[in-house]
Amino acid sequence: MNEFIEAKVALSWRDQKPSYDVIIIGGGGHGLATAYYLATRHGITNVCVIERGYIGSGNSGRNTTVIRANYGIPASVRFYQHSLDLYEVLEQETDRWIMHSQKGLLWMYHTEMGGRTERARAEVNTACGAETVMVGPEEIKKICPQIDLGGGGRYPVLGASYHPHGATARHDRVVWAYAEGAMRAGVTVLQRTAVDRIAVANDRVVGVETSHGRISAPIVMSAVGGQVTSLCATAGVRLPIRSHPLQAFVTNHYEGKFPGIVASTELAFYISQTPRGEMLMGAEIDRAPSYSSRSTYEFVQACSAKALSLLPFMRDLRILRQWAGVCDMSPDSSPVMGPTGVDGLYVSTGWGTWGFKAIPAGGEQMAQLIATGATPPLIAPFSLDRFKNDRILADAGSSGTQR
Amino acid sequence: MRELRCPNCGQRGIEEYRYGEIPRVPDEIRDPDARDVDMAWMRNNPEGETTERWYHEGGCRRWMTLTRDTRD
Repeated sequence: MNEFIEAKVALSWRDQKPSYDVIIIGGGGHGLATAYYLATRHGITNVCVIERGYIGSGNSGRNTTVIRANYGIPASVRFYQHSLDLYEVLEQETDRWIMHSQKGLLWMYHTEMGGRTERARAEVNTACGAETVMVGPEEIKKICPQIDLGGGGRYPVLGASYHPHGATARHDRVVWAYAEGAMRAGVTVLQRTAVDRIAVANDRVVGVETSHGRISAPIVMSAVGGQVTSLCATAGVRLPIRSHPLQAFVTNHYEGKFPGIVASTELAFYISQTPRGEMLMGAEIDRAPSYSSRSTYEFVQACSAKALSLLPFMRDLRILRQWAGVCDMSPDSSPVMGPTGVDGLYVSTGWGTWGFKAIPAGGEQMAQLIATGATPPLIAPFSLDRFKNDRILADAGSSGTQR
Repeated sequence: MRELRCPNCGQRGIEEYRYGEIPRVPDEIRDPDARDVDMAWMRNNPEGETTERWYHEGGCRRWMTLTRDTRD
């Protein structure tokens, strides 16, 4: 984090102590939000967030910043709708501008099969408290005039599901808002400190071994993205996670106004305009598991072809930046939140391609779990033992990526 | 560009291949039911050198065992 940002954001750094009430591993959105809600909702402030790089340097800084709740199964719709609601009041609550902008999300389909998927999505959303309606080609053109309804001759737009509460927010600012709020309440955040091992004695977590020595705590939560499997293995916890890179890019400034977020069922990509005017695009995950955050030319090529068939105006734009994040994919495309079987050790992982939108709800619910020791009903279905108990939350169709 | 070396076709782009993991249940898990659960759902997700099965879908259409580095 550079000096300019340090001056703008009131972060109060504290020295490392030998022990805390709660340790949170991972200073990204989920880790910091959990610390924030622990401090503000539950009065637990003797909390330490340990980050290997700088705060927000992992996948919180490598996503496509879409906030939406139009998922495909009831448990997910309720959870993400709650997160969307929390995002809407986050600026008010933290008194920080996160550049939250509600713009609506069009999820288009190009085949009859895709239409059935979108219809099912709209029905489940309506039943579970998220607003999603079906719209036809004329309405699509009215919402987003840039779309070529012929789909370049190959992907004709037959219709879409429209999610008016779809929004975007500035990813760094979300991280900073939570960090600032948590630090003001007394939470310690350690940067450039790597956790090597979770210390367990007699099936109880006792602390962590870091690159700057041992820190003890009776409760440890992992909010790690990427290396969560090897970290949890040090505590003997097995996870159903496979890490795949997801690439994204932005173009140079588009002088027009691009309304909303546009996604496509069959093409598996999504696009929106950043407040700077850049067109931001992401697509499906790389099929080969990897921890690399290297970008590839093949991705740019494939993704551009998809975009151009629906949005011909983009042929005049140039690609400005390209990046990749490491997505922790769970087998059923739903997150994993809750206890691990080791006393006092909690995980919040499996955030695949749906982590950014879940930051407020994930943090709030994990904080409640840590503070009360009881799993809140909203996240109970997402527990790690759902795999053992045959209670899979299969929702791959909503994740915006193919598997 | 990420590439894999197919013994039949030579160095080819990774998008031609389909991934197949070799599940390895840790020896510490002894209970047969727990081993089944682990086999079905849990992943080793190694960071570094790893040996896996790959199907060269866009080439010779054969399965092969390859070693690669997942940090690459």
